[in-house]
Amino acid sequence: MRIGVYVCHCGGNISETVDVKAVAAAAEQRPGVVLARDYSHMCSDLGQKLILEDIKEHNLDRVVVAACSPHFQGATFMNVLETGSLSPYVFEMANIREQCAWPHFGEPETATLKSIELTNMAIAKAGLDESLNKKTMPIGKRVLVIGGGIAGIQASLDLADSGFEVHLVEKDPSIGGKMAQLSRTFPTEDCSACILSPKMADVPANPNIELLTYSEIESVEGYLGNFEVTVVRRSTYVDPDLCTACGLCEDACPVKVPSEFEVGLRDRKAIYVPFDFAVPYKYLIDESVCLRLTKGGEVCGLCQKACPKDAIDFSRKSEKIRFTVDTIVVATGYDIFDATEKKVYGYGEYKNVITALEMERMIVNGAAGTPIRPIKGRIGFIQCVGSRDEQVGNEYCSRVCCMYATKLSQLLKRSDPTREVYVFYTDLRAFGKGFEEYYKRAQTDGVKFVRGRVAELLEDPVTKSVTVKVEDTLSRQMIEAEFDLVILSVGLKPNAGTERIAEILKLTKSPDGFLQEAHPKFRPVDTLKEGIFLAGAVQGPKDIPDAVASASAAAARAVRLMNQGEFSLDPVLAYVHEDICDGCSLCVDSCLPGAISISSNVAQINETLCTGCGICIAACPLDAMDLHCYANDQLLAEVEAAISERRDGETRIIVFADDTTTYRLADNVGTGKLSYAPETRIIRVPSGTRATPALMLKALALGIDGVFVGESESKSSPYAGIGPALSRNIEQTRSILREHGIEPERVRAKEFVTIMLGGFVAQLNELTAFAENAGPVSEKKKKALKETLANGLPRAEAQVAQ
Amino acid sequence: MKPTTQTKKRRSTKRDDSPQPVHARSSRTMFPYYPGCTLKTTAQNFEDSALATAAILGIDLVEIPRWNCCGVVSSLVENDRMHHVAPLRNIIRTQEMIAERGGEIESRLVTLCSMCTNTLRRTNLFLKENPEDLEAINDYMSLEDNYEGGVEIVHFLEILRERGFDAVTNKVSNPLEGLNAAAYYGCMLLRPKDIGIDDPEDPTIQENLISALGAAVIDTPYKKMCCGSYQTVQDRYAVAELAYDILTHAQREGAEVIITACPLCAFNLDDRQKEVRERHPDFRSIPVLYFTQLMALAFGLGEDALGFELNSVDPRPLLMAKGLLAPR
Repeated sequence: MRIGVYVCHCGGNISETVDVKAVAAAAEQRPGVVLARDYSHMCSDLGQKLILEDIKEHNLDRVVVAACSPHFQGATFMNVLETGSLSPYVFEMANIREQCAWPHFGEPETATLKSIELTNMAIAKAGLDESLNKKTMPIGKRVLVIGGGIAGIQASLDLADSGFEVHLVEKDPSIGGKMAQLSRTFPTEDCSACILSPKMADVPANPNIELLTYSEIESVEGYLGNFEVTVVRRSTYVDPDLCTACGLCEDACPVKVPSEFEVGLRDRKAIYVPFDFAVPYKYLIDESVCLRLTKGGEVCGLCQKACPKDAIDFSRKSEKIRFTVDTIVVATGYDIFDATEKKVYGYGEYKNVITALEMERMIVNGAAGTPIRPIKGRIGFIQCVGSRDEQVGNEYCSRVCCMYATKLSQLLKRSDPTREVYVFYTDLRAFGKGFEEYYKRAQTDGVKFVRGRVAELLEDPVTKSVTVKVEDTLSRQMIEAEFDLVILSVGLKPNAGTERIAEILKLTKSPDGFLQEAHPKFRPVDTLKEGIFLAGAVQGPKDIPDAVASASAAAARAVRLMNQGEFSLDPVLAYVHEDICDGCSLCVDSCLPGAISISSNVAQINETLCTGCGICIAACPLDAMDLHCYANDQLLAEVEAAISERRDGETRIIVFADDTTTYRLADNVGTGKLSYAPETRIIRVPSGTRATPALMLKALALGIDGVFVGESESKSSPYAGIGPALSRNIEQTRSILREHGIEPERVRAKEFVTIMLGGFVAQLNELTAFAENAGPVSEKKKKALKETLANGLPRAEAQVAQ
Repeated sequence: MKPTTQTKKRRSTKRDDSPQPVHARSSRTMFPYYPGCTLKTTAQNFEDSALATAAILGIDLVEIPRWNCCGVVSSLVENDRMHHVAPLRNIIRTQEMIAERGGEIESRLVTLCSMCTNTLRRTNLFLKENPEDLEAINDYMSLEDNYEGGVEIVHFLEILRERGFDAVTNKVSNPLEGLNAAAYYGCMLLRPKDIGIDDPEDPTIQENLISALGAAVIDTPYKKMCCGSYQTVQDRYAVAELAYDILTHAQREGAEVIITACPLCAFNLDDRQKEVRERHPDFRSIPVLYFTQLMALAFGLGEDALGFELNSVDPRPLLMAKGLLAPR
């Protein structure tokens, strides 16, 4: 065995806290290590060359890099090994940046010691690495785009034009999204509908796009290259092939309800076309208000009588449509902040307080010669309603409100200079191309910008005018003035549809509630789920150009995956020690995807179905089951190395961190420079169930003081339904500890999502404090535990899946 | 608001093994009660009406012994330990009373004055959240028992809400039909949010009480505006201007009487109407009542409980004209 170890300074990120030379020196002493170096930037071109040359010159057959998180630069180094003609799986990373130098930045001595042990752990594991090949799978050219706003439209057109088969699913009766409702776009003042409608028309015209409007995703099963999608297409009760949109039905319909498109400012009928440039331009019946459909029998039916084409059929049913795709683009957009939540502004109570979206519609209707109500006198915009406001739980900036208010205010001022228009802002953020110039133009046109957060609005009981109370923080004057109309510049928030889609696709959310990208800098449109991409404001507030750019980026990322015809996966797969297996089939019952079968008295793994969760390993009473990349002997070697430098009286806690959530959460904690007990040693596992009772007990018998298992919350776990197995493992471990007189609280487990930074820190600190208080497990008890383990754990009852 | 586990534990080990809440065992409930200075002087009518109406509702308010100034106005200085000594001393008095009387009395201290509520609650919350500060102050007050964190501070309005306003309606003998009442909150009952008794932006607790008494609720956005507070000492006309806005907006909404739960708000809105009239000759005066006075009126109580003679703007002519008060 010839292991090369490389310790990275990370340009000071690591070396300012950790004595990297000491880490390299300690590594050199470990068995199997032929050389250990430290270098300023291992991921740089020169750093990579260093490894390549050493592989050649020193005939290395294993590589360990002690640097950042494997989620950050792991892939870079695996490529280096492939270039050097080694398997990318004879490589290990010691995460001494996110999980050591950063969280322990004030404690150089402790951090150095921990880095040495983390590196020793990686060396120990690398020593047992197998020369595996990547697992390759075929991939086709089919894409699901969810959401038909501007982002979904752009992604669909890009993909379809590149020759891919697109299924575009939109929940509303027309595509177009929020952009269709806007008056003009900033800063160019193009008519929003005029530039959007040709793009909308391109969608059904494109032979590569199957457009499903008025449809919602019911379920998505499977994985990259094989997502099985079920869509429910709601009934419109109108045959789209017969309907010519003549409008006679609408004239006949007696039911009036507020129009969604006009944000309730105008009415529509129960049979309607959503708006005048809707795609598809076909009538539909709103079944929740139609007299016939709500009351049944032969009630009303006037539209049916009026239709010259006999297109209306009240018995049409919603249908389920199933298809398979290779990748998914999520473009479910946003919703506007519900201004009634901000009670001080009296929206919904005060007659003359409206939202900016309502003002957009008022301007469009006014320009079309059908004004909704006169807009005159003194008009005020209030910025940051529902944004940058911890009182309503939204810390983030919505990024578009400054500019849309700048736009609306000057449209109002220019079309009637007698209007007095004020904008009350927190900070005016004119960051985009042409934005600052546009802001300047508004000022020149006579819009008054006042820096101050409006304290409250008070309506006059008689005149219904609104008193604005605000401090002008530039001139330090208190302003209390009456306005004829106040417009709330409401922020953007994740919508309810996104919430549902995130649950169905098991996508993670960032703390602001929008969906989380895989990496904020380098993978801004990828998700952590392979083959699923984010387009537009579903990832965070975006204006139109940014939404379009992100949609094109998502399309390009999806094309990149699908164009290769196949994709590779890490070979994290279960395997059987056939010489030990006695064909008892307990593993078969435990396997959730049903990947195991028994053939001639030996378990067989179906590698296409195996998800690599490791649940079967705990189920096997003979230790015959194992997992590539995370084998039993590898994890045990890591545990042993975790106490290689322990000084007398020191506590050691092993954290088995599931790769999907807990490991990344630990990275986020480090990135956030939150500190926690440095006695912890994190071991990366595919899922919490990989930490078997035998492994946890062995760790304690070796002298580890506590074991913590971190798992993804079921909503974000890629392994559906493993929760009960995890609880069983913990329970079994604790009961054996109890039998040996060892505190069962030394073994703990918790389900996380990647934003529970504080919770993670608290859990680790609590367990460490508990173990410190309890003191080490006595030699006698450890010996007894070892004996029990040597005799084999009792065969658990059959663990029947599902 | 349930008693903390600490109190529960002590109660069960010392006196009583029954885990039942106190009020479940008797039809009357006894609470420790902190009056504060104003209710014993210029706002005596507040206390009189409160004690009388509470008694009708089966609530006995037992004044804690040897109470002192609540500490008025929480310090804006972070970690100003000295400022918590006065309020804490009152909380310790309560702790003693609860210990002495065991299961007979609730472990929650009832307050009436919004300023006292605010000050005592902020200290209580601060000390429960900051054990190190509690320890330091406990050490400093070496002659007192240590505060163990088991006391809660509640406003009388919260007790009414908890028991349901229907219970109030059941005791009404003189329904206040035809009376348009606007609630005024001010700041101390609602802010900061952590210790407020209701939603700071959209409070409804007094409105619910007004409805329960049979009067019509007049809503005004000015109900949460500042009354000027202690500026009344420094600049009475500044306060008069604020009072003018608050009162006239309520009047324009149709209010005939203002209801409040704060002696200082009441003073600023009621007594400062003299100054309001000096500045705004067109101003029509409007009576300002404590919520407990309104309750006493609806419960049909006599002059001893009503105490209208202490109100600056005499509400009696209005109430007599409405047929809600018998002519003398």
